[in-house]
Amino acid sequence: MLYGMLALFQEAGSGMAAGSLGQLGAGIGIGLAVIGAGIGIGQIGNGATQGIARQPAAAATIQTAAIILAALIEGAALFGLVITILYKFF
Amino acid sequence: MGLTGVFAWLQGGGAAASGGGAEEAPDLQGMLMHHLLDGSEIEFQIFGVGPVIHLDRFAIPPIHLGGLTIDLSPTKHVVFLFLAAILCLAVFIPIALATRKGSSDRAPSGLANAMEALILYFRDEVVRRNIGHGADAYTGYILTLFFFILSMNVLGLMPFGATPTGNFMVTGALALVTLLVVEVSGMRALGFGGYMRTIFFVPHGLNPVMSVIMLIILTPVELLGKVAKPFALMVRLFANMMAGHTLVLSLLGLIFMFASAGFVVVNGVAVASVAMVTAIMMLEIFVAFLQAYIFAMLTAVFIGLIRAH
Repeated sequence: MLYGMLALFQEAGSGMAAGSLGQLGAGIGIGLAVIGAGIGIGQIGNGATQGIARQPAAAATIQTAAIILAALIEGAALFGLVITILYKFF
Repeated sequence: MGLTGVFAWLQGGGAAASGGGAEEAPDLQGMLMHHLLDGSEIEFQIFGVGPVIHLDRFAIPPIHLGGLTIDLSPTKHVVFLFLAAILCLAVFIPIALATRKGSSDRAPSGLANAMEALILYFRDEVVRRNIGHGADAYTGYILTLFFFILSMNVLGLMPFGATPTGNFMVTGALALVTLLVVEVSGMRALGFGGYMRTIFFVPHGLNPVMSVIMLIILTPVELLGKVAKPFALMVRLFANMMAGHTLVLSLLGLIFMFASAGFVVVNGVAVASVAMVTAIMMLEIFVAFLQAYIFAMLTAVFIGLIRAH
């Protein structure tokens, strides 16, 4: 797999098109950012469902907190998106 | 017919010629930029016919202040900014008059009642909980932030609308005002000495050499922290709004990339694409409310954090 990645970078760097390494970087970057967001929101879901399971009376509070925290983590992933768009278009 | 309508809408009513995009690949990037970025035309076109308001005619000559040139001419996002402001004023000034004029021992009815529920929720759960003592002075600002950002976000979801908050200069201006409010409220609550202590922070009980080293290391970090929080607010709001619109436009543009692939394929892609776009637009409505709420709530949190230092 490492050999495959090396071949990939070499192809991109050998200048098939101007800025192709930039495009490759953009693709890899946004993929990693979305993986991070997915893991983070999954952890929130884990904690939220466990909390609701332990105390169903607090379900509304836990749900509100979970939605707000998920939006904050989405913010981090979207930082990555903004930088990636900069890479792709400029 | 739906496809043609979408095609005309995406092309901005321009060339109605290549009905399937046969000769060359459709200019997706140009279309995306045209719909996402600020421009000097507001278009109300369906099937290529309809009014287009050219804002070049209202251009104001640039104002030169020393070395600085300020260009105040209206663009699409500026017009929608003012529209959102007028919308907020038109909703809330009558409500304020109704609650003031009517006797204070009778509950308001209708729209005033609905808005009062939201306003009380914000005052109790967001402002008072986060700011603590002296909170009522900031209720107006936090509520203004929420409703203004909400109207701007929702205007972008209307047909023929544009999202001013999808322009990072607009969210940057909102974040700059938040920065000013947070820092000035910190200065007023802590006094000048207390405020300087938030920047030049020295932990107690360290020998002098360590204190100096900590001071040198921590001061840039503190200053960066003061700037980073509103910067995060700006990027979060901007990216959330722009990402949704980019996704919708990209999915719709996907139809035109398959335009030369045959009848069944194109229509299959169109049906799937429009279904996904509908689902994403519903998510966008939710995100519009949520991001406005988060901007207002985080502003309240920052004000509370610096006052309680």
